[in-house]
Amino acid sequence: MRPASSNRTLRASAAVAAVAAVNQLSRALGRGSGTVAGGRAGLAIDPDLLATLAHGHRVALVSGTNGKTTTTRMLAAVLAGPNGTDPVVSNDTGANMPAGHVAALAGGVVGAPVVLEVDEGYLGRVVEATSPEVVLLLNLSRDQLDRISEVRMLVDRWRTALGALPRPAPGRPGTVVVANADDPMVTWAANPAPDVRWVGAGQVWQDDAVGCPACGGRITFEEAGGWECDRCEFARPEVVARLDGDDLVLADGSRHPVEITLPGRFNRANAAMVAVAGAVMIDDERGGVVEALSRVAHVKEVAGRFATVQRSGHDVRLLLAKNPAGWTAIFDLVDEDGPPAPECPPLVLSINARVADGKDTSWLWDVPFERLVGRTVVATGERRLDLAVRLRYAEVAHTVVAAPLDALDHAVRMTEAADQADGHADGVGEAGGAEHPRGADHGSGTGEAGSHGATSGRAVQFLGNYTAFADLRSAL
Amino acid sequence: MITPRPGRLTIAVVHPDLLGTYGDGGNGLILARRAAWRGLDVELLQAPSNEPLPRADLYTVGGGEDGPQVRAATTLIEEGILVEAVGDGAVVLGVCAGFQLLGRSFPDATGRPHEGLGLLDVTTTKGSGPRAVGELVASCAHDAPRMATGDHLPRLTGFENHGGVTSLGPGVRPLAHVEHGVGNGAGDQTEGAWSGRVLGTYLHGPVLARNTALADLLLGWALAPAGSPEATVAQLASLEDADEMSLRAERLEAMQRIRPARRLRRRTSPR
Repeated sequence: MRPASSNRTLRASAAVAAVAAVNQLSRALGRGSGTVAGGRAGLAIDPDLLATLAHGHRVALVSGTNGKTTTTRMLAAVLAGPNGTDPVVSNDTGANMPAGHVAALAGGVVGAPVVLEVDEGYLGRVVEATSPEVVLLLNLSRDQLDRISEVRMLVDRWRTALGALPRPAPGRPGTVVVANADDPMVTWAANPAPDVRWVGAGQVWQDDAVGCPACGGRITFEEAGGWECDRCEFARPEVVARLDGDDLVLADGSRHPVEITLPGRFNRANAAMVAVAGAVMIDDERGGVVEALSRVAHVKEVAGRFATVQRSGHDVRLLLAKNPAGWTAIFDLVDEDGPPAPECPPLVLSINARVADGKDTSWLWDVPFERLVGRTVVATGERRLDLAVRLRYAEVAHTVVAAPLDALDHAVRMTEAADQADGHADGVGEAGGAEHPRGADHGSGTGEAGSHGATSGRAVQFLGNYTAFADLRSAL
Repeated sequence: MITPRPGRLTIAVVHPDLLGTYGDGGNGLILARRAAWRGLDVELLQAPSNEPLPRADLYTVGGGEDGPQVRAATTLIEEGILVEAVGDGAVVLGVCAGFQLLGRSFPDATGRPHEGLGLLDVTTTKGSGPRAVGELVASCAHDAPRMATGDHLPRLTGFENHGGVTSLGPGVRPLAHVEHGVGNGAGDQTEGAWSGRVLGTYLHGPVLARNTALADLLLGWALAPAGSPEATVAQLASLEDADEMSLRAERLEAMQRIRPARRLRRRTSPR
C-alpha cells in the first residue's frame, strides 16, 4: 500500500489536470469560460482539492449578502501592489462556490496571493479548506430564501465556523476576521473568532437584525450608528475604523478621504472594509490602510456593474441589485443624482427569478419601490409582471416591455423625446414645480443645478437582479 | 347585495419585525390600497412586537424564521388582544409561520412543539423530509369560503417555502386542494385552512398579489355590516386589475408547462 500522502499528490495532480482539460473542452464547445465545470470535475476526483491548491498561498476570503464581487475586486487591486501589476489569484468571474475557487486556483500563478469571493452558504467549508489570513465579512440580510436559507440559520453556521478558527501561535499566524460592526448579524457571527478587527461600515438594511441573536431580545439602532440589545450585553463592539461621510476615521482619530471611482455610499463602505483587510495583508497596519485606500481608487467597474455604456448615443448606467438591502442601497445611489422628478431619465427595472436569483419574487414587496414615485419606470425581465404588480401598489407609474433590450431602447427614446422638449416650460412636471419654479431651468448657477436642467446629460439607469443583469449585458 | 359598512377600516400587519421575512407585509399594503382605491376610509398600521397590538378590523400575520415565530406567538398569547379581536369579529390572514401560529401548536427549529393561539383547529409538526419549496397551485371547491358573488374562490397561486406539516382538525375546512406543490403536506392534498373569518395559507408571493379575489374576500368580511352573520361578505366595487390578472395568468400558465412528474416533487435544499 502506498503512503497516503503520495496517493493524495497523484490524485490532486490528476484532479488539476482534469480541471484544465474540462475548462479547455468547455471553452472549445462554446459553453462559457468553463470555470465551474472544470472545478466540479476536479473536486469529483479529489474532494480535498481546494485545500491542496490553497496550500502555499496567502488567502483572503470575502463573504456577505451584498457587495462580495465588488469588494473582492477591490481587495485584489490592493494585493496587486502599488503599480497594480503583481499577480493575484481571484475568482473574478463571480463563481463563488468551491468549484469556482478550485478553477481559479488551478489556473492561477503559483504562490501569488489569493482573494476569493465566497457564497455565504459555503463560508465554513472554504475557511476550513484554505486556512485564510483574512476573512472579510460585509453584511447579512435576506436573499434567495428558497436556496440559501434564513438569515439566522446562516449566521449560526458562520459563528460555528469562525469560532473554530485556530488561535495564532508561534510560526503559525492566525486568521484575522475583518467584520462590519454595524451589522448585528455579522457581529454575532464574528464574535467568537480569536482575532477580529471591527469596522463601522454602516448598514442600510436593519430589518433582519431586530431580534437579538444572543438572547431573543430586541436590538435598537441609534441615529449615530450604534446598536444594542435591550435585554442582554450584546452591543456594537469598539471599531478600529469607521466610515464617516466620505472619510475613513481610524481609532487614533486620523481621517482619510475615501476617494474611489465606483459610485455610492455602499462602495465607500466596501472600500473601508478593504482598507482594513488590505492593511493586514500588506503588513503595515497604519500606513497600510492609507496605501490600500489609494490602490482601490481606480477600480472602475466590476464585471460590468456600475459601467456606463452607450445605446443610440445615450449613456446607460448598469446597476445590479439582488435583494431588498441591495435595492435600497441602489435607490440611495440613484437619489444621489437628484430627487425624483418627471424629467429625470427613466429607470429600467429588470427582474428574473431563476435559481441564482431565488425563485420566489415575494422579496420585491420588501423593496421600498415607493421611493420611485415621480420617476419614470420601465418594467422588464422574465418576472416583469410580478414587478408591475408591485409597482402598481407602490403607485409608481410604469410601462411593461417584455425584452430587456427593447425596454432599454424604449427608455432611450423617452429620453430623446424629453431632450427635444427641453427648453419648453411645459416639460416641467408638477412634482418638480414647488422646488423649481417654471423657467428656473433656463437660469444658470442655481444651487439645484445637479437635480434639474441637466436632463440631457444624465444617463438612463438599468437596474437588474442577478441573471436579469447578466442577460442585458450579453444582449448588449 | 351587501354594501360595505360605513366608517374607517383598520388593517394591521402583525409583528413585521418578527414575521416580515418573506415579503408577506405586502398583503397589508395590497388590502389597504384596494380599499383606498374604492374610496373607502382605510388605515394601515405596522404593529411591532414591542408595542401592544392595536385593535383592528383586519390583521395579517406573515411568515418568519423559527425563533421569531415562537416569540411572536408567545407575545400574542400573553397579551390576548388578537384572540379577543377575533371574538369581536376581526378578520385574520395568516401566512406560513403566521398560519402555523394561529393553530393549536407548531414546532421550533428543533421540532419541539410550542403553543399556538388556537384560532384555527390545526396542528403543525416538523416534516421528516426536506422543506417544501416551490410554486403551488390549488383549486378551491366545496370547502372554500364563498365570495360576495356566492361563488367559491378561484384557484390559488403562490410560492411555498416551509418545513412544517399541518394537520387539519374537525374545526376547520381546507382553503384549497393542491394541484401542484405540497401545501399542508399531511397527505390529504389540502392547502391552508379557514374557520369563521380566520384564514391561513402557506402561500407567499405575496398571496394577495396573485389572488386578488382572496384580498377582496377578506375586505368583504371586514366590511360586512356590524352584527351580520360570520359568512357575510360585503360587495365591493370592481377594480381594473389588469396587472394582477396578467401576473396570475402567467403564473398559472407557467405551471402548466411543468411536467406532472416534477410538480409534486419536494425539492431538497443544497445543505
